[in-house]
Amino acid sequence: MSTYSKEHKDFLRKRKGKKILIWVCQFLIIFFFLALWELAAKLGWINAFLSSSPSQVYKTFVSLLEQNNLWNHVYITVYETIISFSIASILGFFIATLLWWFPTLAKVCDPYLTILNSLPKVALGPLIIIWIGANMNSIIFMALMISLFITIINIYNGFQLVDYYYITLLKTLNASKRQIFQKVIVPSNKNIIINCLKVNISMSLIGVIMGELLVSKEGLGYLIMYGSQVFNINLVITSVVLLGIVSYIMYLIVSIIEKKIVKTK
Amino acid sequence: MKPILRIRDLKKNYQDLDDEVKALGGINLDVYDGELLAIVGPSGCGKTSLLSILSNLENKSDGTIEFQKETIKIGYMLQKDALFPWRTILDNCLIGLEIQHSLTEESKNRVIQLLKTYGLGDFMNKYPSSLSGGMKQRVALIRTLATDPDILFLDEPFSALDYLTRIYLSEDVYNIIKKEGKTAILVTHDLAEAISLSDRVAVLSKRPAVVKKIYTIDIPNKSTPIENRKRTEFSSYYDQIWRDLDVHL
Repeated sequence: MSTYSKEHKDFLRKRKGKKILIWVCQFLIIFFFLALWELAAKLGWINAFLSSSPSQVYKTFVSLLEQNNLWNHVYITVYETIISFSIASILGFFIATLLWWFPTLAKVCDPYLTILNSLPKVALGPLIIIWIGANMNSIIFMALMISLFITIINIYNGFQLVDYYYITLLKTLNASKRQIFQKVIVPSNKNIIINCLKVNISMSLIGVIMGELLVSKEGLGYLIMYGSQVFNINLVITSVVLLGIVSYIMYLIVSIIEKKIVKTK
Repeated sequence: MKPILRIRDLKKNYQDLDDEVKALGGINLDVYDGELLAIVGPSGCGKTSLLSILSNLENKSDGTIEFQKETIKIGYMLQKDALFPWRTILDNCLIGLEIQHSLTEESKNRVIQLLKTYGLGDFMNKYPSSLSGGMKQRVALIRTLATDPDILFLDEPFSALDYLTRIYLSEDVYNIIKKEGKTAILVTHDLAEAISLSDRVAVLSKRPAVVKKIYTIDIPNKSTPIENRKRTEFSSYYDQIWRDLDVHL
């Protein structure tokens, strides 16, 4: 350490300083936001019944923990998200592979994929409930609809964009289609696939919440829906806050996995 | 001497919605063992098509291609290095052996030896991004040699490089090919490169291409490509071939 020049030490100090500054700012924003919210509710600037307040949210949180099996709701939402995320990722990769393998199939499917991808899936909600029933399966199906097509399209586009020279090179070596796929298509799309997983985890969560709003008896989406039906704004806001935390944690987990994969080239 | 590759009346047409393009109009060419044959021609005359057909990337429309051996191993060096950024230099060079299921401890050591011989030993475990353009193309040549091909096809291998690198690398490639005793076909649009490197130069005509003329490059006391460029014979070949090419814009 002592061998570093003064310039390098200054550089390190500056960098560390900046990092701390960012943390402080992030903390201050949330602190002032909560403080202002609480104050506004306490002093009657806003209607606490309609807009709740941090202390109310905390009280609701504690009572949910004690009486209403909060962890079960969180668990259900996370569980549904992971299931649909896994199915969408695996199935999406598989279908993208098929499309790459059979270019004619890809051309045939192109307009249908585009329609299915751009169709607002909420519109399918009532149909899904009628066909599959008001249960967890239709929630997972809903989430799958939202994340699957975008996965297929993104991964397939990545496959399409692989450098022409890479493929020609393998062809000159008499590589089979399978070898081209294994040696070039997949490794050169590693980043696109990881990015796709990142988007997918959010997409699946959106789908799950949408599904829960429509049909469920459990989960964070259900708590939000229930809260709004009985006009319990505290419950709605507490659930939304919890949902934010859950989605952030899931995103962090995927990011950590990404870092691990990218490091081991 | 019996040629190791005999091409007779090779034709290639490209089909388009509203047109048929005749690229090769009947190529006749013999390639002999151990020689470096350059193919030059006006741009768009089908030089690359010829190599693509010879290496089975494209189908011919008509004609015959006879290799001396029943199973001939072809090494194809492309215009771009096409090194995989996610593989180390060594792993890039091993790709051919992997594809052909002939990666053994022995063949791997042979590739390592090639890399060391040609000054890339220190970079073996580095990634392509840390290499200069010229070095990458040198790695590409080693990758081509790794499968121990019977004949090398070099498709404008220096065209993506700057002038100086180009001249030095062509000297390098020449030495490597001669040292390894390989037969090679070099496709290029650079006459100086063709004359200074090769034993023979085949001049193609405009589309539909035929072999217009073949020059045997006869420079007394032939030495390295850079030295060859300084000889008086060099410029006279240059003049003749230039006239043959008959380029009009």
